[in-house]
Amino acid sequence: MKSSKQLGNASLAFQTPVYIHSAASIVGKKEGEGPLSSAFDMICDDPMFGADTWEEAESTMQKEAASLAIGKAGLRPEDIRLLFAGDLLAQSMASSFGIAGLGIPFYGLFGACSTMGESLSLGAMTVAAGYGDHVLCATSSHFASAEKEFRFPLGYGNQRPLSASWTVTGSGACVLGAAPPSPAVLGHSDPLRRADTCAVITGITTGRLVDYGLKDSQNMGACMAPAASDTIERHLTDFERSPLFYDAIVTGDLGAIGQQILLDLLKEKGIDLTSVHRDCGLMIFDGNTQDTHAGGSGCGCAASVLCAELLPRIISGEWKRFLFVPTGALLSKVSFNEGDSVPGIAHAVVIERADAEKEG
Amino acid sequence: MDYFHAFWTGGLICALVQILLDRTKLMPGRVMVILVCTGSLLSALGIYRHFTDFAGAGASVPLLGFGQVLWEGMKKAIDQDGFMGLFTGGFQACAVGVSAALIFSYLASLIFRPRMKE
Amino acid sequence: MTDLQKKKQQQKKYEQYVREITPVHSLPINMIRAFFTGGIICFLGQCILNFAKSRGADQEMAGSWCTLILILASVILTGLNLYPKIGKFGGAGALVPITGFANSVAASAIEFRAEGQVFGIGCKIFTIAGPVILYGIFSSWILGVIYYILKVIGVIA
Repeated sequence: MKSSKQLGNASLAFQTPVYIHSAASIVGKKEGEGPLSSAFDMICDDPMFGADTWEEAESTMQKEAASLAIGKAGLRPEDIRLLFAGDLLAQSMASSFGIAGLGIPFYGLFGACSTMGESLSLGAMTVAAGYGDHVLCATSSHFASAEKEFRFPLGYGNQRPLSASWTVTGSGACVLGAAPPSPAVLGHSDPLRRADTCAVITGITTGRLVDYGLKDSQNMGACMAPAASDTIERHLTDFERSPLFYDAIVTGDLGAIGQQILLDLLKEKGIDLTSVHRDCGLMIFDGNTQDTHAGGSGCGCAASVLCAELLPRIISGEWKRFLFVPTGALLSKVSFNEGDSVPGIAHAVVIERADAEKEG
Repeated sequence: MDYFHAFWTGGLICALVQILLDRTKLMPGRVMVILVCTGSLLSALGIYRHFTDFAGAGASVPLLGFGQVLWEGMKKAIDQDGFMGLFTGGFQACAVGVSAALIFSYLASLIFRPRMKE
Repeated sequence: MTDLQKKKQQQKKYEQYVREITPVHSLPINMIRAFFTGGIICFLGQCILNFAKSRGADQEMAGSWCTLILILASVILTGLNLYPKIGKFGGAGALVPITGFANSVAASAIEFRAEGQVFGIGCKIFTIAGPVILYGIFSSWILGVIYYILKVIGVIA
């Protein structure tokens, strides 16, 4: 039997679901003071994570999150066949110098803030195709390393426009598996494997580059919203679903402005997302008290919110299924300086609740 | 009285530049460059000197004043050394500002660590 | 209409739409903050000027003292992580004075130390301030060339 079915141009429906065995999230202090405070596995008050540089700090954080996820799944690094990981830094530095040290065969990714969607998509495809029993998907971002990479040194006294977002210091990691998590692991105290339910990935829609010609790197939401709109529209068409089929459609880090644009763009196409749309960037910070302007952003935003908040909602029975759509703005320092526009990309991943006992 | 003039003229220049920052997409680096170049141009046209005489630090502390220092140093060097002055004037004029910024900053990098923004 | 023109038009329309829905800081409030922040820095500059003159410095020397002390203060405030707060509050008020220039040098030096003495601090200390020095020197050189030529041909005495 074929393990998956191609739909439309770029969608896949997995005939046998891909199981999410575990999820771990680590965030920084500011994120830990936000509305999701109690949901994260670990909150580190030291922005340097015990390291000497911002890049090392991010590496440490990502490696910790990955180790935590592997441990929660009751596995050892040797049990993981492949690792899909990426971050925001040049040449995916945080991943290469941190998580890759676990010794797991490694594919380094760059999808800007959409990287968690990219790694989950590739991981799920790999597992569904039978190329790995266990794979690990992880991403991270760090406010300071991102500021340094894309904007100004931290000590520089600039004003951030209201459209700017705040890069989340955080990392999320998920272990995917071909079989349901074993009952021994299910009995674990971790909320992700409580009772006999587990979360599964049943489909993906790969994003394509969408460029509306916007050049404002301080308004990422507006750069990425067209990509999210494109991916969600194609997803719904390919799977012949209506938005209400999902309990929630969760974008990565569009922020307040991006959210409004997304809803408007889809409305033009006759799709009403108002009642089901959520955005990780708006969930992770309290916009009124935390002075983050448009909201949170970065790979770590979507990844940590997925692991800490979204997946537990599936396990607890609050949601039956949701569409996870991390969004990325594919710009570099060079492309910005050379006056290029900022293209966006968004990858959609369908995550549902499944009965672990029955399948096992 | 000169304190008062310094305060309001300096403040006014900053308030006007705030319009540039908020209503155009100009990044701070560009704004600084524009100010320095404008300063040296206004000084070369003989306009800025009157302003500095009136406002004191209100005109010399903003980066426009840095441009003025550059131009006046250039002019002085040309008057003294002729052609070669074209190549000595600029750096001589801004020597204090640039040296101080570089030296103090280097020392600061030895003492202080990068810190997270709050 | 060609496809390219159509695309350009669509892009313009989208840009227009984005501009409409994007909130911006209140300009009057920001201008007032810039006014006071910049005003206070210039006031302090005037204090230094007057003090130096009272100790017998001439105009130029007093100006040098003023520059030196403001830069030192700015570098220390940057190291203590206070200048970013002033910048966040004051906007252009913290950017425009010479202290903003010093802040950009110090912030780069502190941040890029991790990348080494030569290629870290050495190169990147100029990331923000470099253009100011280059274009400052270059624009005054251009003006100097004009001045020199006018002088040689006798237009200016």
